[in-house]
Amino acid sequence: MSATAGQMGPGPALRGDGRLRRRRLVNRLMEISASIAALVAVAVLAIVIISVASKGISSISIEFLTKNAPLFGQSGGGIANAIVGTLILVALATVMAVPVGILIGIYTSEFAGARLASLVRFVLDILNGVPTIVTGIFVFGLLVAGKAQSGWAGAFALAVIMLPIVARSAHEVLALVPKAMKESALALGVTRWKMVLRIVLPTAAGGIITGALLGVARVAGETAPLLFTSSIFANEVSTKPGGALASIPVKIFSLTEEPSPSAHSQAWGAALLLIFFILLLNVLARAIYARSSRRTTRAR
Amino acid sequence: MRRGLTDRIGDPTLRSLTTLASLAAVALLVLIVYKVFDQAGEAFSHFGLSFVWESEWNPVTKQFGAADFLYGTAVTTFAAILIAAPMSIAIALFLTELAPRQIRRPVGVLVELLAAIPSVVLGLWGIIVLSPVLLKTIEPALKSALGWIPLFSGEASPVGLLPAILILTIMAVPIISAVTREVFETVPGDLKEGALALGATRWEMVKMVVLPYSRTGIVGATILGLGRALGEAIAVTMVIGHTEHISANLFGPADTAASRIASEYLGATSSLQISSLAYLAAILLVLALVVNMIARLIVRRAHPKIPTTPGILR
Repeated sequence: MSATAGQMGPGPALRGDGRLRRRRLVNRLMEISASIAALVAVAVLAIVIISVASKGISSISIEFLTKNAPLFGQSGGGIANAIVGTLILVALATVMAVPVGILIGIYTSEFAGARLASLVRFVLDILNGVPTIVTGIFVFGLLVAGKAQSGWAGAFALAVIMLPIVARSAHEVLALVPKAMKESALALGVTRWKMVLRIVLPTAAGGIITGALLGVARVAGETAPLLFTSSIFANEVSTKPGGALASIPVKIFSLTEEPSPSAHSQAWGAALLLIFFILLLNVLARAIYARSSRRTTRAR
Repeated sequence: MRRGLTDRIGDPTLRSLTTLASLAAVALLVLIVYKVFDQAGEAFSHFGLSFVWESEWNPVTKQFGAADFLYGTAVTTFAAILIAAPMSIAIALFLTELAPRQIRRPVGVLVELLAAIPSVVLGLWGIIVLSPVLLKTIEPALKSALGWIPLFSGEASPVGLLPAILILTIMAVPIISAVTREVFETVPGDLKEGALALGATRWEMVKMVVLPYSRTGIVGATILGLGRALGEAIAVTMVIGHTEHISANLFGPADTAASRIASEYLGATSSLQISSLAYLAAILLVLALVVNMIARLIVRRAHPKIPTTPGILR
C-alpha cells in the first residue's frame, strides 16, 4: 500500500464539497488517533524505562552488586544473594525446560500427524495461558507442601512457564525449514533421525536459541511462581538449590513492601538491573534470529 | 543397502523421545489441574459452591467467600480490556496500514517489548510513579467531570482499582496488538486496493474491508488479552490496596482473586484458609483455561497460521 494512497481521495467530488471534506476529515482524524495510540504505547515503554533508570542508577554500586542486605538499622548493603539466586534458578529452569521443549517442537513439526500435532500445540498454548500465580500454587502443592521451600521447586515452577514458550518457538522455526531440504536428505537415503539432527536442527538453530532466550527473559522477571516456592531465604549468598534461593523479582517485591525510603531505592536499583538484563536478552534474541533467518526462507 | 545399528535404533529412539516429551506436556496440564483442585478440596467440602457468591472473608472466624475478589477481577479485567482493545486495534492499524515502512518494524518491536517488562517492575512503577500522578491529576479531573456516576464519585486514594486497571491495560496491549496485527496482515491486498480504487479514503477502506475481514481474529485476540489480565497477580497486588469489601468506587482500594492469593498465601494461618486460597486459584485456573481455549479456538479457526502464544518469536 503506498503511503500516499489516503491523501489522494476520490478525485473530483461528484456530490459536492461538503461531503467529501467530511470524509477526508474523518479519515484524517482516524489516522491521527491510530498514530497517537502507537505513540502512547511507545511512550509508556519509554517512561517506565526512564523512571527505572533514573531512580535506580544511583543505587547501583560495587557494594550493591556484591553485598547482602544490611543488618537492621544500617544503611548500604546490596542484593548479591538475589543476583546469584536468580542466575541459579533461571539456569536450572533452562536446563529443565529447553531440552524437553525442543523435543516437543521436533515431535509437532516432524513426527506427529497433523491432528496430533495440532492437539499438542493447543495444549502448549493453554499451558501458556495458566496464570503464573496458579503455577505457584501448583508447584507448592506438588513439591513444597509438607516439606520446605527450595530452589528446585522454584526452578521447576519457572520451567513450567518456560516450556510452552520454548516448545512453541521451536515448532514455528522448525516448520520453516524448507521441505525441499528435508526431502532431498531423505531421498539420498538419510534416516529420519539423522535428517532431523544433521539438517533440520542446524538450519533452525538460530530460531531455537532465540526461543530459548525469550523463555529465559520471560522467567527471569517472574515473581508469582517463586512466591510460594522459593521466597523465604536467608540473607546470605547461597548456591544450594536444596534450600530456598533468593531472586531479584522476589527481592524487589519484598523491598517495596518495606516503608523505608532506602528500601525503595534498593528496589529501584534491583529493578534497573532486572530490566537491563531482560531487555538485553530480548535484543540479543532478536539479533540472533535476524541473522539466522537468512538461512531459512521465511514464510512471509 | 545395509543400515548400521545406530540407524536402526536411531529412528524409533528419537520418535519415542519426542513423543514422550509431548505426552509429558499434556500430563503436566492435567497434573496442574489435579494438584490445584486437590489443594482446594478442604475448602470445597466446607463451603461448596456457595464460596463463589459468599463475600465474607474472615480468617479469624474462618469464614471464606470469594465474591468480592471475583468482582474485583471482573471489574479490573473488563475495564482494562475496554481501554486496551480499541487502543491495540489502533496500534495494529497504524503498524499495518499507516506507518512508513522503515518505522513499522522498530515501533512493532517496541510495542512487543512492553510485554517484556516484568510485572514486579511494572507494579513498582505503578505504586511509586503512576499512583501519585493519578491521585493528584486524573482522579480529581474524572471526579469533577463524571462525579454524578457512582463509579467516579468515591474518595480519591493512592491505591485502588484505577491504577490496577491501567497496569493491566499496559500488559494486555502488546498481546492484543501483536495478534491483531498478524490478522490484519492476512487481509488480501486486492480487496484493499479495490476499495481504494473505488474512491474510498484510507479509513473507509479499513472500515469496509480490513475490519470486517478481521472481525473474528480481533475478537480472539481481545479474549487472549483478557486471559492475560485475568491472572495477573503481582503487579495488581502492589497497586490495588487490599480490602474485603466490594465498593463501586473506582478510586478506592479493592482486591482481585489473583492478588489476594499473592498477598495472603504465605501468611495464612489455618489449613482452611490455605485451602480457600487454593479454591480461589482453582476458580482462576478454570476461568483462564476456558478463556484461553475460546480465544485460541477462535483465532485458530479464522487464521490457522497465526501462533497464539504471545511472547514467542514470529
